Amino acid sequence: MTRSPSPRPRHRPATTVAAAVLAAALLAALTACSSDAPADAPAASGQSAEQRNDSGDKPSKFFDRTEYERQLKLAGQTPRGPAAKPWEQMLEPEMADTVRYRKKGDDDVDLCFSNAGVFNPWRQVGLKNMKAEAELHDEIDDFTVLDAQGKDDKQISDIQELAGNKDCDALIVSPNTTATLTPAVKEACGKLPVIVFDRGVETDCAVTFINPIGGYGYGAVAADFLVDKVKPKGKILALRISPGVDVLETRWSAAKLAFDKSELDVVDVKFTDGDPAKTKSVVSDAISRHGSIDGVWMDSGATAVAAVEAFEDSGADVPPITGEDQQDFLETWKDKKLTAIAPTYPTFQWRTPVIAALRILKGEQVPKEWKLPQPTVTQGNLDDYLQDGMPPLHYAMCGCQRLPGFPGDWGGKK
Amino acid sequence: MSTGTATDATASRTVTAATATYRSLARTLGTGAPVYALLIVLLVALAATDPGFYEPDRFLAFVKRAAPLVILAAGQYLVIVCGEFDLSVGAVVTAGVVAAAEVYGTYPDAPWALMTAGLLLAGAAAGLLNGLITTVLRVPSFITTLGMMLILEGAVFYWTGGSPQGRLPQDFRRLGRDTALGWLPWAVLACGVAGVLVVLLMRSDFGRTLVATGDSERAAHLAGVRVRRARVLAFVLSGVAAALAAVLVGGFSGVSAQAGRGYEFEAITAVVLGGVALGGGRGSVVAAMAGAFSLQALFTLLNLQGVSGALESTVQGVIVIAAVGIGAADFSRLRRRTHPPGTPPDTPQVTPPGAAPGPPAPTPPPPATPSRTPREGHPHDPQP
Amino acid sequence: MTGTALAPQPARAAAKSRAPRGRGRLADPAVGVWLAAGAVTALGWIVVAARGGDFLTLANVVGILQNCVALGLVAVGQTAVILTGSLDLSVAYLISLGTLVAATTMEDGSVVTGVLAVLALSAAVGLANGLIVTGLKVNAFIATLGTAFILRGWIEDNYTGPAGKVPASFQHLGYDRMGPVPVSLFLLLAVTAVLWLITRRTRFGHHLYATGGDEHAARLSGVRTRRTVIAAHVLCSLCVGAAALFLASRLGAGAPWAGTEARYDLESIAAVVLGGTVLAGGRGGVVGTLGGVLVLAVLDSVFNQLGVDPFFKNVVRGVVIIAAVALYARRGARRSA
Repeated sequence: MTRSPSPRPRHRPATTVAAAVLAAALLAALTACSSDAPADAPAASGQSAEQRNDSGDKPSKFFDRTEYERQLKLAGQTPRGPAAKPWEQMLEPEMADTVRYRKKGDDDVDLCFSNAGVFNPWRQVGLKNMKAEAELHDEIDDFTVLDAQGKDDKQISDIQELAGNKDCDALIVSPNTTATLTPAVKEACGKLPVIVFDRGVETDCAVTFINPIGGYGYGAVAADFLVDKVKPKGKILALRISPGVDVLETRWSAAKLAFDKSELDVVDVKFTDGDPAKTKSVVSDAISRHGSIDGVWMDSGATAVAAVEAFEDSGADVPPITGEDQQDFLETWKDKKLTAIAPTYPTFQWRTPVIAALRILKGEQVPKEWKLPQPTVTQGNLDDYLQDGMPPLHYAMCGCQRLPGFPGDWGGKK
Repeated sequence: MSTGTATDATASRTVTAATATYRSLARTLGTGAPVYALLIVLLVALAATDPGFYEPDRFLAFVKRAAPLVILAAGQYLVIVCGEFDLSVGAVVTAGVVAAAEVYGTYPDAPWALMTAGLLLAGAAAGLLNGLITTVLRVPSFITTLGMMLILEGAVFYWTGGSPQGRLPQDFRRLGRDTALGWLPWAVLACGVAGVLVVLLMRSDFGRTLVATGDSERAAHLAGVRVRRARVLAFVLSGVAAALAAVLVGGFSGVSAQAGRGYEFEAITAVVLGGVALGGGRGSVVAAMAGAFSLQALFTLLNLQGVSGALESTVQGVIVIAAVGIGAADFSRLRRRTHPPGTPPDTPQVTPPGAAPGPPAPTPPPPATPSRTPREGHPHDPQP
Repeated sequence: MTGTALAPQPARAAAKSRAPRGRGRLADPAVGVWLAAGAVTALGWIVVAARGGDFLTLANVVGILQNCVALGLVAVGQTAVILTGSLDLSVAYLISLGTLVAATTMEDGSVVTGVLAVLALSAAVGLANGLIVTGLKVNAFIATLGTAFILRGWIEDNYTGPAGKVPASFQHLGYDRMGPVPVSLFLLLAVTAVLWLITRRTRFGHHLYATGGDEHAARLSGVRTRRTVIAAHVLCSLCVGAAALFLASRLGAGAPWAGTEARYDLESIAAVVLGGTVLAGGRGGVVGTLGGVLVLAVLDSVFNQLGVDPFFKNVVRGVVIIAAVALYARRGARRSA
């Protein structure tokens, strides 16, 4: 950074004043009449400690071995619950009592949902699932959704607004960021039953936290597939969306562990920003730089088809590749007879919070942490999951096939 | 190179032949030389990193990849050189790709030529709207096109419910993905044709009009130039260029909800790298396109070098600032020599001659290279 | 070339040289935008009431004000640079980095060191921006875009996600209320007041307007325009630092996307322009900017209440921004005609 003598004392008053203002604000805070902050300090958590970069060759400090082992163990278990409805299944549930949340009086239920945003197709499919699930239940009178458009600050306000709203019987939260929404969720917990799903928060005050097995399971499934299918010393290209996204970091750290143990050679780890054009460039550069690529690991499927096309365009055979349950990838897989696997982060988890909320308001037990199964699309079951006529950015693991409005509301055709 | 550079008629009359030599050298250096030097350095570095880079296939693949950005830069150049901005091009690309997929979802058998023509028309319409709002309603183009960006992205995703329902068929994607005669990518061809057209355009009367408008709206107005029409046309062409880029990007990589993300900044960066002054009136379109190639070469180099993914943007930021800074520095150093002794050497910002109200400014003779910021279009009519 | 130099067009130059401090005229768009904020609120109230809701509840109003704070702090700072004819596109990444630095410093050290660290970082970034713009003569658009990329790389290389933790004592800034009014609102008002004083009541403020109005004329009349621009950038970055501190206290941790997801760079410029400040510099002020921020926040709240599709919101915002500036342009034209 450029260093040079400080420009002028003229701006110094601003510094002093700014400091004074902050001091004043803090002083005001001490004497403040009221606080919306949770009474105690935010829950300390090992995970919130400073996390250093783990890309490239540096050892991953993001890695949490206990959680990793737990997820791998869960992946091997058979979930409890109706077999045809994975969104109602649960793994190793520890049931929690919810009698105190039972709603008295009329049967009409008003559910409120603070959504992080609909900034990617995964969330768009998910929100459609959730809305359709809410339609299924006649007792739900009103389903309010506030969209934070990816802004933590706005989601905090949204949660405050919904928690303060007398009409909300239960609050569903899909946090934009784990650490930053903890205080707001804590505050809401004191006012009404809160259901957190997808990303967690660093407090266990929510009645239930719904999520699938998780990122380690995802990353490991994909990496193990490559370890199995690619010959030893094979060159692996790892494509990641972007650094700093917790869900994606866990996927990569689990995969890295698997690759480190194997004889495979991870020749490149690249970020694609989720942009297919950039993905194609990165892949074709990698092919020319390394002569050939023997396997592609991806931390999410949005750009898998672009990667496949890059191999085609450069005249190379498509090596074993991992993707996700996105429609376009599944179609390409089938059409081009790829050697592929698609671990999923199922969008059917968006149905569960509504079900959980209704159970809680009836006083029925729900698991403290509702672990959903995380099915994998393999060559064997590809045809079961691939449904014709769905739009390219649809997610097959939506559990939405029997919901009202399917497939039209999801953009599909009969 | 064909400089569609500033034609500072008033200025050049006031200087001697000797200084004019310096001036023209300065102009060449300032508007073109740094970017060509940068491009050569990058291309040499690419060759050193990857000896196979210049195999015909590989090199054409590189050009094909650069094509959308080059076309966008050419369009952006037209807008910038007449003193405006177009921040909406990224949104036009995204909206174009998503809208095409959505239409194909409903009419899977739509002919590709019709679809392409439709997209180009829609791009022209968006540009026309930008141009009219900027000129007739006198909204600064930065704001017009920022608003247009919000509107286009919002509207297309509102229409498609967040993601497009259809996919792009192979015949539509041919332009962005396939090759003509088995070796020449269509995208390279399209890029070349667009490049030739825009160079011819800049050599025509319209090109001179455009530069004159950006250089000094008032002078151009007084000289009988229909300033508004020139600007509107520039926006329309930028919209068409963005739509063409959408066809190429959609063809290259298929449907994506973020096909054009960041392209507006990349295009503007490319143009500025090419030594084109934001604020208008100076710079050549060839240099602007060279800027786009440089940027793409930089991306490729960073990728091939295996620079840690995370640090890529830092390197990019430093190089862009440095390249533009060096371009600017060359300038002031050379210009200082042209100043008569006694003139404060560090007064590079001088009102361009034509813009000075009233009689031409006295000493010092204003350099031919006024420098400006993103300025708003023309909030007021030229009549005081 | 200097990013700060403007080639003023004749009419504008003439209009501006008249009196950058003629407050009666300058206040005009500011008054307009506050009236607009009132109108939008009234309209929102009617629309929401028509659908059986209640818009002007205390909780809702507090929510709107709370939502103004972060954008408000950034936009007020952005006003200072825009007044000089420059602009700052690096604010979004600076906010992200600011929250990370604040939270990680406070985790190990005290709140005071955290605050000082963020302000020092901000001042340094502002200084760098200012020096690149004036010293290297890189256009402000490119210079600050470049800084933004540099900051982005720095963040991505050093942080893999939310980091650090803010002590409970510091969270009072983000969560406490005095009566119904959020404490953070006082921070915004105080910063705005300071900037108002600086821009309207000091020599430096005068220079700010003069530089933005016509840099050449300002220089000829003895204003050290470079220093003015550098100082404006530092001032802007300090405001951004304050916004980062507020967000850190509200979020309880640092987040690498705290500033970027919210698009504070373009949003702040939109708010400034909505508030009647001329993008080319020299006219406008922080009071109008605050009104612009309020309009955006009220619109957001109305959309929230009506459950408007988030994509459609962007369409409306785009239209509002363009329409508002078109209105200002009309008035400006009529006045100078």
